[in-house]
Amino acid sequence: MYNFDVERPGTVADAAAAMGREDAQALGGGQTLIPTLKQRLASPSVLVSLTGIAEMAGVCTTDDGQVAIGGATTHGAVARDAASLYPGLAGLASHIGDPAVRNRGTIGGSLANNDPSACYPAAALGSGATIITNTRSIAADDYFQGMFTTALEEGEIITEVRFPVPEVSDYQKFVQPASRFALVGVFVAKYAGGVRVAVTGASNDGVFRWSEAEAALSSDFSADAVKGLSLSGDNMISDLHGTGAYRAHLVGVMTGRAVTNAA
Amino acid sequence: MVQVSMTVNGRASSGEVEGRTLLSSFLRDDLSLTGTHVGCDTSQCGACVVHVNGEAIKACTMLAAEADGAEVTTIEGMANADGSLNVIQQAFQDHHGLQCGFCTPGMVMSAAALLKENPEPSETEVRDYLEGNLCRCTGYHNIVKAIMAASGQDVSSIAAE
Amino acid sequence: MPKDSGIGASTKRREDVRFLTGAGNYTDDINIRGQAHVYFLRSDVAHGTLDNVDTSAAEGMPGVVKIFTGADFEAVGGMPCGWQVTDKHGEPMQEPKHPVLAHGKVRHVGEPIAAVVADTLAQARDAAEAIVVDISDLPAVIDMKAAVSDGATKVHDDLTSNLCYDWGFVEENKAATDEAFDKAAHVTTLELVNNRLVANPMEPRVAVGDYARGTGDHTLYTTSQNPHVIRLLMGAFVLGIPEHKLRVVAPDVGGGFGTKIFHYQEEAFCTFAAKACNRPVKWTSSRTEAFMSDAHGRDHVTRIELALDAENNFTALRTETYANMGAYLSTFAPSVPTWLHGTLMAGNYKTPLIYVNVKAVFTNTVPVDAYRGAGRPEATFQLERVIDKAARELKVDPIALRRQNFVTEFPYATPVAVEYDTGDYVATMDKLEEIADLSGFDARRKASEARGMLRGLGVNCYIEACGIAPSNLVGQLGARAGLYESATVRVNATGGLVVMTGSHSHGQGHETAFPQVIADMIGIDESMIEVVHGDTANTPMGMGTYGSRSLAVGGSAMVRATEKIIAKAKKIAGHILEASDEDIELKDGTFSVAGTDKSLAWGDVTLAAYVPHNYPLEDLEPGLEETAFYDPSNFTYPAGAYACEVEVDPETGKVTIEAFTAVDDFGNVVNPMIVTGQVHGGLAQGIGQALLENCAYDENGQLLSASYMDYAMPRADDLPFYQVDHSCQTPCTHNPLGVKGCGEAGAIGSPPSVVNAVVDALQSAGKDVTHIDMPLSPARVWAAMQ
Repeated sequence: MYNFDVERPGTVADAAAAMGREDAQALGGGQTLIPTLKQRLASPSVLVSLTGIAEMAGVCTTDDGQVAIGGATTHGAVARDAASLYPGLAGLASHIGDPAVRNRGTIGGSLANNDPSACYPAAALGSGATIITNTRSIAADDYFQGMFTTALEEGEIITEVRFPVPEVSDYQKFVQPASRFALVGVFVAKYAGGVRVAVTGASNDGVFRWSEAEAALSSDFSADAVKGLSLSGDNMISDLHGTGAYRAHLVGVMTGRAVTNAA
Repeated sequence: MVQVSMTVNGRASSGEVEGRTLLSSFLRDDLSLTGTHVGCDTSQCGACVVHVNGEAIKACTMLAAEADGAEVTTIEGMANADGSLNVIQQAFQDHHGLQCGFCTPGMVMSAAALLKENPEPSETEVRDYLEGNLCRCTGYHNIVKAIMAASGQDVSSIAAE
Repeated sequence: MPKDSGIGASTKRREDVRFLTGAGNYTDDINIRGQAHVYFLRSDVAHGTLDNVDTSAAEGMPGVVKIFTGADFEAVGGMPCGWQVTDKHGEPMQEPKHPVLAHGKVRHVGEPIAAVVADTLAQARDAAEAIVVDISDLPAVIDMKAAVSDGATKVHDDLTSNLCYDWGFVEENKAATDEAFDKAAHVTTLELVNNRLVANPMEPRVAVGDYARGTGDHTLYTTSQNPHVIRLLMGAFVLGIPEHKLRVVAPDVGGGFGTKIFHYQEEAFCTFAAKACNRPVKWTSSRTEAFMSDAHGRDHVTRIELALDAENNFTALRTETYANMGAYLSTFAPSVPTWLHGTLMAGNYKTPLIYVNVKAVFTNTVPVDAYRGAGRPEATFQLERVIDKAARELKVDPIALRRQNFVTEFPYATPVAVEYDTGDYVATMDKLEEIADLSGFDARRKASEARGMLRGLGVNCYIEACGIAPSNLVGQLGARAGLYESATVRVNATGGLVVMTGSHSHGQGHETAFPQVIADMIGIDESMIEVVHGDTANTPMGMGTYGSRSLAVGGSAMVRATEKIIAKAKKIAGHILEASDEDIELKDGTFSVAGTDKSLAWGDVTLAAYVPHNYPLEDLEPGLEETAFYDPSNFTYPAGAYACEVEVDPETGKVTIEAFTAVDDFGNVVNPMIVTGQVHGGLAQGIGQALLENCAYDENGQLLSASYMDYAMPRADDLPFYQVDHSCQTPCTHNPLGVKGCGEAGAIGSPPSVVNAVVDALQSAGKDVTHIDMPLSPARVWAAMQ
């Protein structure tokens, strides 16, 4: 790692101020950022640690019934504290990384990084969540802009994520055997207004909504409804662990399984 | 440089570190607690697992500065007060849950965290919980068995010598 | 009743206490006052001419002690190769120079170009980034068959081609083998890849060099399986330091699996730089560096053909293998695809004619050398796969086909130069059928199918040659070393004793198991015996631990030394008891005169040896310390039968191991708990090779699997509880313990049964799949089903 200063603000306001320093970088749980820094792929001058900000941690329900999760809430805390509020989301959180990673990694860190194989982007997009920052609110549909790319401005901090709670939901992850990130992950959520299906791990453009499946499932929420559908593998990630065609196939399989599990 | 103070294995410990100093480096190099091992640089092998404020974390993926003020427990703090092996450590020895010993500190620390959360885990639960701990020697059989035994379960039906 | 001590007891390991409490002493735990750290600047291109390495901007950077490049090592020897293979024309293999730091050219991603020694590792790395390296890219040589085609770019300009050797074995059998194929009733042919692997001991390599200017003594602390071998190779061939001025210490070592046998550049560098900088110099490999600097394993491309007569008897076997050497010859690389592979092609079967051809090829990849099993897994895999394929083609039961062709009489001289001293392949197969409940498989398959899963059963046998090795034999085969082992047994005055062994324990439990043997021989408690290993300063010259040899060879040396101790102790006892030493018996730690009630305790005799007041000083030297070197007269031949049951998810291609049973004949067993653990670990590595692990390069020589993000290590939830049995025991006939070795068996025996099982599962669903190359990742299995 190149050297850097570490700031540990106690409030969002202090964090935002610290982020104003030149080449500042927010540090969530660091479970992706620190390995990246070890490879010297980034050289921030200051890391602004967000994990000590009490107002950014925790899970609660908003007045309009959404589940609100502080940006610095760890995956482990979401798995535990959202279990009764939003089981599909808690289930997803309980399988990110491994237990030690879940005790550090945060939802804000994951969404800010927007790794194309990360799990949380599928939940946020699949739930139509709202990403709340220190300056504004961003709808998930506007937030994800391709792999490792988001709507966040420089210095902007994810303070909270609000999830409308679906009637039923499920996340199915088919793991890449080495990293255990999603080779393909599909989040399915059934709302009164329709079904959302978000896919991670598969596309060169990062997390995406599978609109064809959403339409089919909105009229018939069953695994059979998506059986006939197929995705093209053309714009899917193709690597050591699977071709684009394989990933496209898995999206169908995982969607079906998520529906069966959710129903 | 950053001044950090933490309680490690019940003892107040402090030092001056660079911002980039990892908790694993602070423990190994500054405090000479070399039981915490580093086996990878992508936060996957788990040889460096320690407890920070009671939770298992990977010490190679946390800055020492972030642990300022924390309660840290490492493998060196796990034995009974009289120096004898604790229940988990003893089960690892009894069931041959280690060979070269390099992954062992992380395994014991993860096992302790698991049993705190889940006092009587099933085989599947143990295997799932060890997702972030790699062992290249044992094939995991005896590690899983040792952890189940440490939880008080009867493991005599699990194949072994 | 299980024994509670001595040979045959599952004594708990004494070394565990330090490992479980964080009190181990691994090389990275060693910090010497004043030490500097080295960072190696490594090539990021696979092949190119090294036009310029400009260190000027880096020299003055903070903390920099000294920067080294290839030019600094011009006067120093290159990395030596310890085995010379002679090709089928009688010519020696092509042997390229292997510099400590790249000179003139870079030949693989990860090859060290420059080394920066600085006060801290971060400073060294900072300075390394300021070094300007000009490389003119050359085409990367990656594919082995292309590498040996006409006009291929050469990895080494001073060699005639990329062909290291073209080996034929046994060349005299070739014509007869070809003829047998012409006459065969059936020929089964299989083309396959034995995937490149990375050993990945959890402890990355570390080297700490130290130099005492006052005495001129060098010390190297290193993560090695064989410190004496490193001392000899590095001292004599690389740095020109005589052994008496060079001490090599391998303290607690966190796993080896073969990859810590070899002498590496970083060891030579730290030893050299400690003197040049007059400071201790430490290198700790990161995992990323390990992937591109530790010797890799396997990487064979093979075509195998099996000829059978009309009664399904094997009549001949013919193989052609391309074996990847990587860019340079690692220490024992040439021996792996030849003498550790061709000699095992008979397997457990009485095939009368065998011809093995191996072409070893240089490519722009990390050097390849021995990895757990080394050559024997490659032999076993192709043989047991082609037999399975033959059984399917002939529509006969694969187990019956194997049984029909088993070697049943011993000793058995194979047509590939080795002689099996003992074995009982029928017994291990019988045991396997029983404890793996093979008769219940059909019911289990139906249950899986009811859940929408495909179930497959795969069975295979294996044999290995280990307990490496008779020195005169391996000398004829090209080894540039002897392969004896040594032990010094030092008895102390009060009766405790220390075994100083040339073997090295890096997880195998020698500190526990070796004392079990001596405790039985003398009749004293195991706790009175201590094992010292890993330091050339206090152990006799020994060849170290690999090839499942420690107990069979090192343990035999220890037995011989202990026999000398007992013989001398009997003389002392005879003197004190006023009896002939021939009448003295030693039992349960007590010397007695046969037929009398006169006796002496072990401790009385050991005390007399060091306080020789009443002692035959005119005939016998005081003291009680003996050394023995043991050179085996043959290899040992562990063998067994393995069964794997898998489920395949037909929708995703994911394979799950549902059951794995290993029945091994290891001869006599000293510590069953440790032996079982060794099998477990081998199975995990074999199953890992079969399902998960894949070291892959792209066509430009970039390593695609350069971290645990892409190299799939087996995890706890990838593996089942294994069923392991070693009750079938045909003791080795030629070592004093009757032991064979167990370290590699699991890794050798398990891959074919996994692949056989997956093929069985797919065929049960009507898929026309006869082979899938390892690893059988979900993507590959799914693709095979389409």
